[in-house]
Amino acid sequence: MRAEEYQEKRLEVAGWPVSVTSYRRGTEWYAKADNVSPGAGLSRASGATREDAELKVLKRAEELLGRTRRHAV
Amino acid sequence: MAEYAHPEVLVSTEWVDAHANDANVRVVEVDVDTKAFDEGHVPGAIAWAWNTQLCDTLRRDILSQQQFEELMSASGVKPDTALVIYGDNNNWFAAWALWQAKIYGHADVRLMNGGRKKWLSEGRDLSDDVPAVQRTTYKAKSPDLSLRAFLPQVQEASAKPAASLVDVRSPQEFTGEILSPPGLPETCQRGGHIPNARNIPWGKACNEDGTFKSADELRQLYGSEGVDSSKPVIAYCRIGERSSHTWFVLKYLLGFDKVTNYDGSWTEWGNLVGAPVEKGAVAGAAKG
Repeated sequence: MRAEEYQEKRLEVAGWPVSVTSYRRGTEWYAKADNVSPGAGLSRASGATREDAELKVLKRAEELLGRTRRHAV
Repeated sequence: MAEYAHPEVLVSTEWVDAHANDANVRVVEVDVDTKAFDEGHVPGAIAWAWNTQLCDTLRRDILSQQQFEELMSASGVKPDTALVIYGDNNNWFAAWALWQAKIYGHADVRLMNGGRKKWLSEGRDLSDDVPAVQRTTYKAKSPDLSLRAFLPQVQEASAKPAASLVDVRSPQEFTGEILSPPGLPETCQRGGHIPNARNIPWGKACNEDGTFKSADELRQLYGSEGVDSSKPVIAYCRIGERSSHTWFVLKYLLGFDKVTNYDGSWTEWGNLVGAPVEKGAVAGAAKG
């Protein structure tokens, strides 16, 4: 089976730019969230719909990004 | 447009589609997220986990020669096998694997240009099958440590800038605003960068589709920051994987002779008692 309907979009989550990619394989949807800079993976999930998979990765990404401390420079 | 210095180290997704199951080719997926492989992978590919199979899990180090030989043997690799590596995040840890394979002298190692992202976005076949591998008895060469920088060399480069130090982390990590990529655990005691380092984030070497930028664009990117082949270059990041990506670019795409990867990176320097640290931006540092 191929990856179909591949899509990439950028959002802001907990004050950080996040890239969310998603695609369908058969009847299953897969999503992944990365921080835009530097591009590290945050979360990965699957679901019955694109929205379902994206919701899961964004929820986890928000948890992780919410813990990130900004230090005075 | 100028060619890459060593174009033979890159293969396209089309090439992999056609040759992944050739007898003398072993395709390996190496991801930051080691679960990605299980969502489907290049048919015929096997997986290596960066955190258990591409490092010494007892002490902090890359694979020993013996461990590397075991990995190659268990993966059915022979000295003349074309090892084609790809992965997520535009080949972060694929480059890490390639760097170690080069340290141990494997002749033919290549990256699939664009990595997993490009394979998925092109709608190519994905497999759930893990191929049966016929074990080999692989003998590695003695480690080529000219590809690796250790702390004393980095200290010398920082104190007497006879070498270029390239910090490939994000600008916020470089300035010390954050101690690790957003969302990841803080793994150092201090934020900032090694004195005299230039900030050229790794991702600036890539196009949106994950492929590498052209040789001309890459030369402009590094040259505009004063990084060229006239003196040795040491690349570093947080744990050495992003910098292996930049090491690959400088070594094989631009053909720099003397370029090393400091895999101790910021998790060594930023935890080192008494190490000098610079905070804030350096004038002219690359944005991104």
